Amino acid sequence: MECKITKNNELNVENLKKKIKKRIMIDKSAKLVFLLSALFALLVLGILIYRIFTQSIGWLDIQFLTSKLSIFPEKAGIFGAIVGSFLLMVIVAPVTIILGVSTAIYLEEYSSKGRLQTLIKTNISNLAGVPSVIFGLLGLTVFGRLLNLGSSILAGGLTMSLLVLPIVVVASQEAIRAVPGFLRDASYAMGASKWTTISRVVLPVALPGILTGSILALSRAIGETAPLVVLGIPTLILKIPQNIMDDFTALPIQIYYWTLDTVLTAEYANLAAATIVVLLLMLFTLNSIAIIIRNKFQRRY
Amino acid sequence: MKTINELKDEKKAIFSIKNLNLWYGNDQALKNINIDIMEKEVTAIIGPSGCGKSTFIKTLNRMVEMIPIVKTSGEILYHGKNIFDKGFGVEELRTTVGMVFQKPNPFPKSIYENVVYGPKIHGIKDKRKLMEIAEESLKSAALWDEVKDRLNDNAYGLSGGQQQRLCIARCLAIQPDVLLMDEPTSALDPIATHRVEGLIEELKNHYTIVIVTHSMHQAARISDNTAFFLSGDLIEFGKTQAIFSKPRDKRTEDYITGRFG
Amino acid sequence: MNNNVREIILKNNKKQKKSLDNVMPVIFFTAALISIITTIGIVLTLVFDALKFFRAVPFADIFSTQLAPLAANPRFGILPLINGTILTSLIAMMVAIPVGLTSAIYLSEFATEKIRKRLKPIMELLAGIPTIVYGFFAYSFVTPLLMAVIPGLEAKNALSPGIVMGIMIIPLVTSLSEDAMNSVPNALREGAYALGSTRLEVAVKVVIPAAISGIIASFVLAISRAIGETMIVTIASGSSKNFTFDITKSIQTMTAYIVEFTSGDAGSGTVGYYSLYAVGLILFVFTLLMNLLAQYISRKYREEY
Repeated sequence: MECKITKNNELNVENLKKKIKKRIMIDKSAKLVFLLSALFALLVLGILIYRIFTQSIGWLDIQFLTSKLSIFPEKAGIFGAIVGSFLLMVIVAPVTIILGVSTAIYLEEYSSKGRLQTLIKTNISNLAGVPSVIFGLLGLTVFGRLLNLGSSILAGGLTMSLLVLPIVVVASQEAIRAVPGFLRDASYAMGASKWTTISRVVLPVALPGILTGSILALSRAIGETAPLVVLGIPTLILKIPQNIMDDFTALPIQIYYWTLDTVLTAEYANLAAATIVVLLLMLFTLNSIAIIIRNKFQRRY
Repeated sequence: MKTINELKDEKKAIFSIKNLNLWYGNDQALKNINIDIMEKEVTAIIGPSGCGKSTFIKTLNRMVEMIPIVKTSGEILYHGKNIFDKGFGVEELRTTVGMVFQKPNPFPKSIYENVVYGPKIHGIKDKRKLMEIAEESLKSAALWDEVKDRLNDNAYGLSGGQQQRLCIARCLAIQPDVLLMDEPTSALDPIATHRVEGLIEELKNHYTIVIVTHSMHQAARISDNTAFFLSGDLIEFGKTQAIFSKPRDKRTEDYITGRFG
Repeated sequence: MNNNVREIILKNNKKQKKSLDNVMPVIFFTAALISIITTIGIVLTLVFDALKFFRAVPFADIFSTQLAPLAANPRFGILPLINGTILTSLIAMMVAIPVGLTSAIYLSEFATEKIRKRLKPIMELLAGIPTIVYGFFAYSFVTPLLMAVIPGLEAKNALSPGIVMGIMIIPLVTSLSEDAMNSVPNALREGAYALGSTRLEVAVKVVIPAAISGIIASFVLAISRAIGETMIVTIASGSSKNFTFDITKSIQTMTAYIVEFTSGDAGSGTVGYYSLYAVGLILFVFTLLMNLLAQYISRKYREEY
């Protein structure tokens, strides 16, 4: 067989050139296809944002932001939902950050390598993959029924905290791990105890990373819908929530109910779109803050 | 080991190391070390890389135990008490035995915050007192004039040599007895090295200094006593002058004259 | 020298009890336990009430295609829900896998650093959009668009949410596959380039085979995401409990069933209420197995280098 190849005229220069040309052609067209496929995401994002903004035009105004809910589209506003989402974050932020950072400190600084550490780590990565609707069932059963918190802001906030906890844990772990050992050494060599070193050296240095992760977790929580729906947030709440034990509605919930009811009243689609714009602007702001923190506190050692 | 006894007559030993052995897992890094560190003198530890000199100095403030697989045997008497004893507080030890590392390692905080870190964690809260300490420590570290107008700037804005002097000032702020220096000039340029060496000469009037160095010249210039380590063994220990002019061991001579290392 | 600093410090050190150093580890450990307790809570919640359901409904009924939980004579066949879930997930995969993988190949093997830096944030942006927004997009834009092309497409159907779910998952497939391809050592690529291979040939014959386990892991995770996705299907696929393979018809997924039932008026203590937990349990087990599989596959591939 090998002898044949040398005689085979496939290997003559002309043929080879043709073949190479063909291969380069295929390569170039493949590159184009791949590029288009990568641009597909951009295209969809563009259409989505364009559609939602155009649908919201004429509906998103001060009156919409400051009014209570109403069954009449012209009068309806999302003030209650904005307050609800805000109060939800008032619960989620401290609970998640305290639990998440503490867990990360335990895993990175105190736990010794072994079964327990592996168990907690595996558990957290699996928890991150549990569908949010399941967290809704957990919240409904444990917080809503067992602890009798109903569908209050507290119940919703605790449910949401558990849902986004893995995000904060993983981000904090990475931030703590990135603190160079020589800074710890400097502290220990001055006679500092472990907790002194962690609180005065490790955490301040890891803070930007922890904050970035926490903000990302918050932005996930602020847009999450399923757990709240499962918790049984009422469809129409006219009262603005006053404290964390009140029933409430939140921005994504409002989008959900208005979308469902477009069958009844076509203008609800515009209200949903206007609410989405508000939600996306909030997310955009949160993410920008995260990026600013990340850039401003870039490591200098 | 006559030299030790000779030294003892002159001054008091602050550290007495007796039959010290140290293992990283199954690898023995220090083999039966016996040495006395004299008060208010500079002791230089020399030897080729991997000889255990860094390990040795880190054993004196038990920083070596940061590596979990480390095992030790023997005694290190500090002011007559064994630092490996159960009741001996490692944090107390490190409060009076300061350490300067190979690479300058200031905290990513202001110059001021770096210097007062030690006093603060050890319970000094008074602002005026802290400022006093900062000024004195920076002056002792010959850094005050360069930084007095920018105490609130980040320490990482300083040059490498300034950073290292800041780290020395940080140690001085809690007024230790002993300064351990682990190749403090190896990351610095010649001019910065010269300044730090000058500083060490100043400091030896007030502190006991143990310095690990890879530079024979440095050892000869600044130390009173020199210990030569080779693959975990203490080969020779004595007056610096004696070691450099008349080494008793062939291996010391080979190393000093640059035949290996 | 200010001589009393040392005395103050030594005095303070004697006074200072290291109480915080003893307390803090306990607090942190307790916090770490919360995540374990959460998992236990999920499992207990689901199993406890699901058992009541499995006791009340005969096995043959559960594995039937008849689902009518609120009828006078309720039926609890789970197959329509499983069918609905698989159907929408399949459609999503048919969008996410080709687009996600080719995007990853482009980013990892073809794109210049500059283009990569511009495209990656857009992918992240796409991944950060809440699913409720995708649901609205599917229902108010993609469905009408599809109805214009496909006659007979119902206003609620499996196709539209399937496609949009696929779009939502593209960034996941892209970023995980790209990570896997990036971790292929450059030496392998250089070897192939030295033989005169084109980029495409290197990508297809060298990089993808070397990164295959990471790529497959990303597919498995994507499937898990699709199975667990809730709002898009709840909004756009309706709540018909049909057992059908017709993607133009309204269907219901397991997740949508849970949402419909909890926001509806099924009283606590009824079989219908317990069915919620049974469906939740099946969903939990499905996604857990998928996640464990993905972890197993990617761990295996990490050992190769």
